[in-house]
Amino acid sequence: MAKTVVLERKPLSLSERTYLPQIATGLKTTFSNMFKPKVTLQYPEEKPVIPQNYRGIPTLVKDPNGREKCVSCQLCEFVCPPKAIRITPGEVPEEDLDREHVEKAPQEFEINMLRCIYCGYCQEVCPEEAIFLQQEYSSSGYSREELINKKDKLYELGGVLPDKHYKWDKKKKAELEGNSH
Amino acid sequence: MISPKNGKVVPIVLDGKDVEVPEGINLVEAAALHGKEIPHYCYHPQLSVAGNCRMCLIEMGTPMRDRATGNSILEDDGSPKIGWVPKPVIGCATNVSPGMHVKTESKNVLDCREGIMEFLLVNHPLDCPICDQAGECRLQEFATDYGRGYSRYVERKNVKPKRTRLGPRVTLDDERCILCSRCIRFCQEVPKDDVLGFVDRGSFSTLTCFPGRELDNNYSLNTVDICPVGALTSSDFRFKMRVWFLKESTSICQESSAGCNTTVSSREGEIFRITPRRNDHVNDSWMTDSGRELYKSVKSSERIYSARIKNDSTTSDAALLEAIQILKGKSLGVVGSCKSSLEEQHLLAQIAKKTKAKQFLRGHFGEDDGILLSADRTPNLRGALITGLTKTYPEDHLSALSLAIQKKKVNAIIVVGEDLLDSKVDQALLSNIPVVFIGTHENKTSRIAKVVIPSLTVFEKSGTFVNRGFFAQAFNQVVPGPAGVLPDLNILARIKNGLVEDLEQSADINLIWDEMSSVRNSVLKEVSFTQVKKAPVLLNGSKWSDLPFVEKDALHYQSSGKIRVKG
Repeated sequence: MAKTVVLERKPLSLSERTYLPQIATGLKTTFSNMFKPKVTLQYPEEKPVIPQNYRGIPTLVKDPNGREKCVSCQLCEFVCPPKAIRITPGEVPEEDLDREHVEKAPQEFEINMLRCIYCGYCQEVCPEEAIFLQQEYSSSGYSREELINKKDKLYELGGVLPDKHYKWDKKKKAELEGNSH
Repeated sequence: MISPKNGKVVPIVLDGKDVEVPEGINLVEAAALHGKEIPHYCYHPQLSVAGNCRMCLIEMGTPMRDRATGNSILEDDGSPKIGWVPKPVIGCATNVSPGMHVKTESKNVLDCREGIMEFLLVNHPLDCPICDQAGECRLQEFATDYGRGYSRYVERKNVKPKRTRLGPRVTLDDERCILCSRCIRFCQEVPKDDVLGFVDRGSFSTLTCFPGRELDNNYSLNTVDICPVGALTSSDFRFKMRVWFLKESTSICQESSAGCNTTVSSREGEIFRITPRRNDHVNDSWMTDSGRELYKSVKSSERIYSARIKNDSTTSDAALLEAIQILKGKSLGVVGSCKSSLEEQHLLAQIAKKTKAKQFLRGHFGEDDGILLSADRTPNLRGALITGLTKTYPEDHLSALSLAIQKKKVNAIIVVGEDLLDSKVDQALLSNIPVVFIGTHENKTSRIAKVVIPSLTVFEKSGTFVNRGFFAQAFNQVVPGPAGVLPDLNILARIKNGLVEDLEQSADINLIWDEMSSVRNSVLKEVSFTQVKKAPVLLNGSKWSDLPFVEKDALHYQSSGKIRVKG
């Protein structure tokens, strides 16, 4: 068995016994902080600044012309590790001249926020750049149903993002400028 | 079509390795036999060779011979000198010959494939995210396997119509078409309905129907299956589900006695499509369009989901007890079905035998198209002959039952699936007789039956059908049945146990097969369900060769009851 060594404690000096120097140092720290800039936030009234690459709630976005970009290819549904995404594919009617070369769009699009783990795979895999994990991070509700984001809610959360491609316009231009067969 | 001649093999040298392949096959097939893939688009093993896609280019040569003497010319080291064809040849239209040398992986061949892929992709729209073929697309596969990986094409791509209606069930996306002509050859050669063709030249070439015609024959959806790209799409399956979500189960088409082998694709208990499965003795790679729609019956509004006693719904257990009670001790009439599986028919025949019941069977007949829709519109009429459910060839009505009731020989009836009122049996006759109905869908008989016990559709259970050529073919469960619905085998086994004081009847399919194959003189002797599940088993149907089978000569079938195997 190990031997117990009893250490003798040094007796306190007079200034230590009065505690006054220690109180003075403590108060110095306290008062100096009053003049430093504030680091706390009055959440939820005040919100923190979210970095650009933050992975918040997944949302669906539209292009600057207000057209939905998602073509319901279901790759996000496939890649989603917790199976939070559920898509019902649908067809874009032929009469919709604005999107005439893209025939497919989601009829329903659901993301179950109770399942979502904010991994960002859906954004990574999306071939149409239609799904983004944006800066919104707080989602709460009173029932389970409320936390299943439907298509409308997803577009509302997503809004409009700049588009590099404008694929419908490109195709239309190609057709009009003589490559139509 | 290039098919092997019986038995003979020829030696060839495939990528420097000596191998033997059947005589008369082409190089695409020969290479596949030895695990080498020669990529191809236009070649299909069951269609004529067109040789227009050029994807299967390979290098080929034969041992050189001296023209004057006919002797082999040898290299310095004594090996035969090979005369390589100076340019690559297409593997699909080159048949094997003895001593032939083939290179499928040389630099030249790889360059050819890369070049062909580049040309095919020049005007390809790259709309894989919305293309139904994505995931099972040859263009995608070969682009990753043999393509260059990036595009050098900077010009603007052609824009073509994206949703041309070719027929009631087929939609064409012109931009994706690679002009392989498989669909055209299929229509000419299999349904003999020559409606498709190419018009215009160069990049304007388009697949189209002849003026005033449309692709509306009953085999049109096979063109969708054989289309190597996403150009032809099924209007029914279009945009419904991506193929990588689908779970595929093997099944047998229950439309007619042709017994097409099928693959049924489902996701989470819902069936999305039925596609044919290759079986060179039964259906090649084809099936009818009408057979593909049969999955819709699973979710039909007429489906029976709960058991009923005198129109009050109850559990299947309670209904079974009630059924046994009302049937016990009566002179039974058993109305079987040619749509039941072999195992179910066996159990029903056993019930009839043990209770000394009278057996009745109705056939369902229609037009024979001479291909894969036979005149006998039931999948398992021959099964009923094998299991002894009927001795004679069934007629399209049940007048015999009507007569038996009138003569008071039958005073209780078990019906499996059939509609008695639709089969020349008068409703007045049935009013005083208890009827127990076992079936999947409502009909006039189920509505007047005293006890209704719901059962499972073909897609929800496993079993065996015997087709017109006496092939026993197994089908597998694709999706789970509705909650609370018992499998047919359980229902019949429990009825048998309730009615017959005998050894306990098992509802296990393998044990039922043991019973069936142990019957004396049975054609199922030495056959087991495991065997049938592995591959279709040809049974000896000569016992019934005198019966007036209604089927006409058709694909792989001769009306004499014998199988016609393609030579």
